[in-house]
Amino acid sequence: MGEFNVHRVRFFDYMPSAIRALAFQPQRERIAVARTDGTVEIFNRADCFFQEKVIPGRQQAATEALAWVGDRLFSAGLNGEIIEYDLDNNKTKYTIDAYGGPIWSITSNKQGTHLAVGCEDGTVKLFEVHEDRIQFERNLAKQKGRIISLSWHPSGSKIVAGMMDVIHIFDTETGKLRALAFPSYDLLGTSRSQECVVWSVVYLSDGTIISGDSAGKVKMWDSRTGTLIKSHQVTKWDVLTLSVSQDETSLAVGTSEGHVVQFQFLSMVLGQEDKEWVRTRTFKNHTHDVRAVLEVNTAIVSGGMDTQFVVRPLLDKIDERGQASALRNIQFPHRRLVSCARKAGLLLFQYPGHLELWRLGESEGNGERKRENTTLSIKRKRWIAYSTVASFRLYRLHCENNNVSIIKVSKLPKVLSSANQICFSSDSSHLFVASTCSSVHVAILNQSGCKFVCTLKPKSGSGQAINLLAASEDGKWLASANSDHEVQIYNLNKMKPHCTVPVHSSGVSAMAIHPTTNNLFMVHADQQLTEYSVEKKQYTDWSRQVQRHGLHSLWLERDTPVTNVTFNPKNPAHIVLHDMYMFCIIDQTLPLPDQRSQFYNQLTLRSMPEKERKKHSHAFKMCKIFKELLFVELMEDQSLVVVERPLMDITAQLPAPVRQKKFAT
Amino acid sequence: IGIGVVIRIIVCRSSNPSDWSELSEFLLCASGDLVKVFSTSTEECVHVLEGHTGQVTGVILNPTNHLQVYSCSADGTIRLWDFIDGILIKIFVCGWPIFSIYVSEKHVGIAFITIHMEKNFQLVALHLPKVPEQEVEAREMSAVLCNISSNPGSTAMGRGGEYVASVMGRQLTVYFFKKLKTYRFSLKATDKKGAKNAFTCVACHPKDDCIATGHEDGKIRLWRNFNQKKEYTYSTQHWHHDAVGTLCFTTEGMHLLSGGVESVLVQWHCEEVNKKDFLPRLGGAISHICVSPDGQMYSTSHLDNKINIIHCSLKLSAVIQGLVKGNIWTDLMIDPRTRALVMNGRPGHLQFYSLQQDKQLYSLDIVQQEYINQEGLDQFEVMRAAFSVGGTWLATVEERGRCTSDLESSLKLWVYNEKAQSFELNTTITAAHQDRIMHMCFSPSTETTMLVTTAWDNQFKVWLLGLDSDTQKEHASWSCDYVGSYHGLQPTNCCFSSDGSLLAVSFKEVVTIWSSDTWELLTTLCQPPGPIRELCFGRLSCSKYLLGTTAKNLFCWNLLTCSLEWSTPMDVCLLRSDPLSENVVAFSLHSGNTDLFVFRPSEPRPLFTQKAVCGGKVQRCVFSPREEPLDSCDERFQWLNRSRLYFLTELMELLTFSTKAEDERILNSRKQLLVDDSVAVTPFYLLLGKHRQQQEEKQNSGVSQAADRVQPPQASVAIKELLHTPAHVLPAASFLCSMFVNSLLISNTGSRYGSLRFC
Repeated sequence: MGEFNVHRVRFFDYMPSAIRALAFQPQRERIAVARTDGTVEIFNRADCFFQEKVIPGRQQAATEALAWVGDRLFSAGLNGEIIEYDLDNNKTKYTIDAYGGPIWSITSNKQGTHLAVGCEDGTVKLFEVHEDRIQFERNLAKQKGRIISLSWHPSGSKIVAGMMDVIHIFDTETGKLRALAFPSYDLLGTSRSQECVVWSVVYLSDGTIISGDSAGKVKMWDSRTGTLIKSHQVTKWDVLTLSVSQDETSLAVGTSEGHVVQFQFLSMVLGQEDKEWVRTRTFKNHTHDVRAVLEVNTAIVSGGMDTQFVVRPLLDKIDERGQASALRNIQFPHRRLVSCARKAGLLLFQYPGHLELWRLGESEGNGERKRENTTLSIKRKRWIAYSTVASFRLYRLHCENNNVSIIKVSKLPKVLSSANQICFSSDSSHLFVASTCSSVHVAILNQSGCKFVCTLKPKSGSGQAINLLAASEDGKWLASANSDHEVQIYNLNKMKPHCTVPVHSSGVSAMAIHPTTNNLFMVHADQQLTEYSVEKKQYTDWSRQVQRHGLHSLWLERDTPVTNVTFNPKNPAHIVLHDMYMFCIIDQTLPLPDQRSQFYNQLTLRSMPEKERKKHSHAFKMCKIFKELLFVELMEDQSLVVVERPLMDITAQLPAPVRQKKFAT
Repeated sequence: IGIGVVIRIIVCRSSNPSDWSELSEFLLCASGDLVKVFSTSTEECVHVLEGHTGQVTGVILNPTNHLQVYSCSADGTIRLWDFIDGILIKIFVCGWPIFSIYVSEKHVGIAFITIHMEKNFQLVALHLPKVPEQEVEAREMSAVLCNISSNPGSTAMGRGGEYVASVMGRQLTVYFFKKLKTYRFSLKATDKKGAKNAFTCVACHPKDDCIATGHEDGKIRLWRNFNQKKEYTYSTQHWHHDAVGTLCFTTEGMHLLSGGVESVLVQWHCEEVNKKDFLPRLGGAISHICVSPDGQMYSTSHLDNKINIIHCSLKLSAVIQGLVKGNIWTDLMIDPRTRALVMNGRPGHLQFYSLQQDKQLYSLDIVQQEYINQEGLDQFEVMRAAFSVGGTWLATVEERGRCTSDLESSLKLWVYNEKAQSFELNTTITAAHQDRIMHMCFSPSTETTMLVTTAWDNQFKVWLLGLDSDTQKEHASWSCDYVGSYHGLQPTNCCFSSDGSLLAVSFKEVVTIWSSDTWELLTTLCQPPGPIRELCFGRLSCSKYLLGTTAKNLFCWNLLTCSLEWSTPMDVCLLRSDPLSENVVAFSLHSGNTDLFVFRPSEPRPLFTQKAVCGGKVQRCVFSPREEPLDSCDERFQWLNRSRLYFLTELMELLTFSTKAEDERILNSRKQLLVDDSVAVTPFYLLLGKHRQQQEEKQNSGVSQAADRVQPPQASVAIKELLHTPAHVLPAASFLCSMFVNSLLISNTGSRYGSLRFC
């Protein structure tokens, strides 16, 4: 397959931030993840937990909770504000102050008519959800102390609030504390002097209230009589979060020692109706506090301080082995954070707050510290463009020997205000900026500056944001993919839509246009590979052959999506792909691997005589010698740039865990 | 077996399945082909249920009558006993060797047994016919589960007999009787962390539908919802570092008890899964746990032939210790004081086992280090031990690192302390020899206290009790007196003549005779080919003879003439002389069986021969002096008159010879302890029983004063005392007699006579 010089890059100190909250939207199977830096990410459960959207946010928001109301997503944070997100365009829609001090929790009722927020000042505030806004309705009876956790009864008429040492039930109609006064939570078994925080409560439809507290207990209460039914000591530390499955038969508990404990509602005597909550499984996938768990029909999803997004499948709910039955551990974003100038040998790293520009082959780095708030930035030749939530910037880069200087290009066209994706044409003459509603703005770059040309709009009129752009080498074609899985191809000569690639059920995680054949090569989140001939407006023969033949099961079972596609300029048949754990060269001239044949066969091939090698070799050449990969690119000079981010380095930067396992405890 | 001589198996009590009587008064325990009934309060064996002709494999209470017990055996029978009175009620002949038995209240008249059929073990339901005859053929059986494990702990009856759960390899099988449906749950061979997932044991919750399984890696899984193919669920608990040996739920299902190689009883709380209590240092590995029906008592049986009876508050209440059977390195010895059999007991201990009472007297800690219950550790073991003639001194050798090159050993000398009634450590000699000590013996002479050790470092050493003038006598310690060697050969055996004047040490093919006064080499005897294996002097009138064995021959030298008296070609594996007579016993391995010869060194003709005493090689033997000599006139058995021979087989069974007459006497004199038939002192008894007593007293008080006179209160107390105290703690009957008769006399009311006397 040939040998490459490898630039092994380990100085991209990418540090994901901790997961603070999770919320599940059952109809569209979307999971929203709030991180401590204010970012909200949307994962699609149906599409192999592909990270579809990333909505940047501010760290000051200190998001504490998320809530879905139908298709709408709300979050609330310790800055006292409620945010609704614009999921089409990946940005904040509006912000409302709840005027109750820091907000600890936000939940919606099952009917989707109201939102309840729990505030520091001891009030539970009800908001009515309108078509385009939310409207404050009333305060429920004010209590002493902060409202830490909230849960609606599925009927919507009652709401339970967990506080310090107390649980209260409110009637949402009257706004009063329920006549049947709920006893104080003092229960605890711990000393009275110690305050007990009810971190999480769940109100079940049969009237049971389940609470998780800082004494490490999960308690089941009868809301009618206010009596304790059962208490489980789950951990010596805090129980931080609870989540009940939709059919209310299973409960997931996240603890601060990093364990997720499952409770199941089982009949103690088989065949009888009397059921009890029984502690069953324990999952130990986290090293730090589990701040959020979700029971998603067939899996338990959890996230916490160790920044991992863990999907633990419940094998008893899954019928067959496959993608759904694999344990997923999502650590890196499903998109590129590195951009590379292939000719100049420059790397641009995207941090949440700034960019870093590095030149290859030298140990010296050039910092480019700008307050920046994400969204893509791509640079080719002598230009750097980036976009924040609020603005779009373009810089001209001068690179002479060791002197690097950047000059801001002023007077940008007004239409370039904010971008989801940015892309330069290969000769740096054009700039493509993905904007709202799947439209792409095209601008011409020259010595004098930047001039707006036109806006490309898809025929379908989809409102979704574009998450990938790819321009062809000859400057004739531009492909865009949006989160509706649509891929649109534009003819740049005519500045018109050229065609639409047939919609695949899974989102595109990486794509590129081949420099010589002008075929659009796409990799989907479900690991399928497709190749579409732009000129012929149809799938290529190779692509059809892949579909017919099917991919090897080991390829399909990988749990991280491919995030970058490049081509080997020396050998047009070679396609270079990478995901988090491997990079791979696909040789389109070789036959596809059989289901029975050995998939990782390089070592066996090496031991074979030359003649037999041909017989056994297949199209996929995998390489796993690197640590966790953020980026792989083949440079002009046939050298390979590999940006590694070992997970060990990330773990080393985390705070010390609460608990370490000792023998025989 | 010759007429009049019975080879009696003395001890083969092994930790077999045991069960409790209803009121936790008795513990039933399978022991060889017997079932023993122990009293939990006195630790005494109350009854021995004899009758099985094969190993008893299971004991289980009759669920419909708690005064009866079923026992099953490898002889293919199930026997029903009344264990209170020790009566055999019924014999069900099944015809197949039975490996375990399970019963449940729901299945009346059916016993579930494990048998070996069609190349695998099967659980079958055996119909027990209801006929008046005592011995019944029970042939009606139907298969329940195929391909199960023969281990009794790997199958368990579920709640109320609704289902049966069995584990084998990595599969749990649950069979529901009502629906006739089988569910199988498999675990993966190994997960990523390399856990060993194979099941070891199973237990079912008595009230809930919950199955607990133990695993090879020490995990315990609690299964629920096992009537679903996919939606079954289990939770995992992990404390044991090694395989879980046994599991048992308490009667009400509040706790789960588990045990294993760690020898720690772990009590898990079913409600609070994280909470657990421990009772450590119970003995050997726990092989079986059972709970009394009232839930008050637990019992753990251990691999070292021990049963602990534990109160449910996890307090040890009684210990029933049999002969510890483990690795035996020391010789069998008889403690001259207690006449107890002394050998390796618990790791690092010597056990003193009374053969007369069939119980352990005590265990002497030699190593004095905590034993770690984990496989593969190299820990100190007692390798050799020897008693001086009077039993005042005990010498022990402990070793570690035999397998590796760095051997650590020490020779310890213990003196018997009359005041403390136990042995006390006098001297510790670390690295007494540079290599392993092979043999040692005390000099039989009464004047000097002398010990000789031979070792692999080609030396033998003589140790003397130092009587230094500057140290006080109490602190007299042992020191080396003489180091002897012979041409750099390795010494194997050493032996003192009966008067202690001569020491014979064998160096390979050469026997050297040394004077014990001057340590002068007197003579050498050599009779090639082959190295000397055993060496022993004749006793009493035959003390001039020295016997030696090689792989092919048995030699007898006359030490007066220093010449060979006689020799005979035989492969003697063990040679031992009786200290109280001239008799010498030789065991010889012949075509897989061991033959026994008893002879006198003075004549090469054997007194007694017994072909094929037992299968395999006899490991150790010892003569134990009798308390009262027998006066058997039969010439062939005269050798049994003074002493009794005990020997240990390859299977670690301790056997002995006894005459038929003697056997009958033992049978007749077997204690029949009275059984207290009053109800147990439960809280209910205390509440209701007392109340009732008071009522009765009230009623009685009105009847007549005469009744009181007929049965004076103090008399009834005395009678009760007499009848309800276990026989073995009572004083002699002659002593009690007068007291007993006195108590029956009607005493006069003291007031009248008293007043008379003073008037």
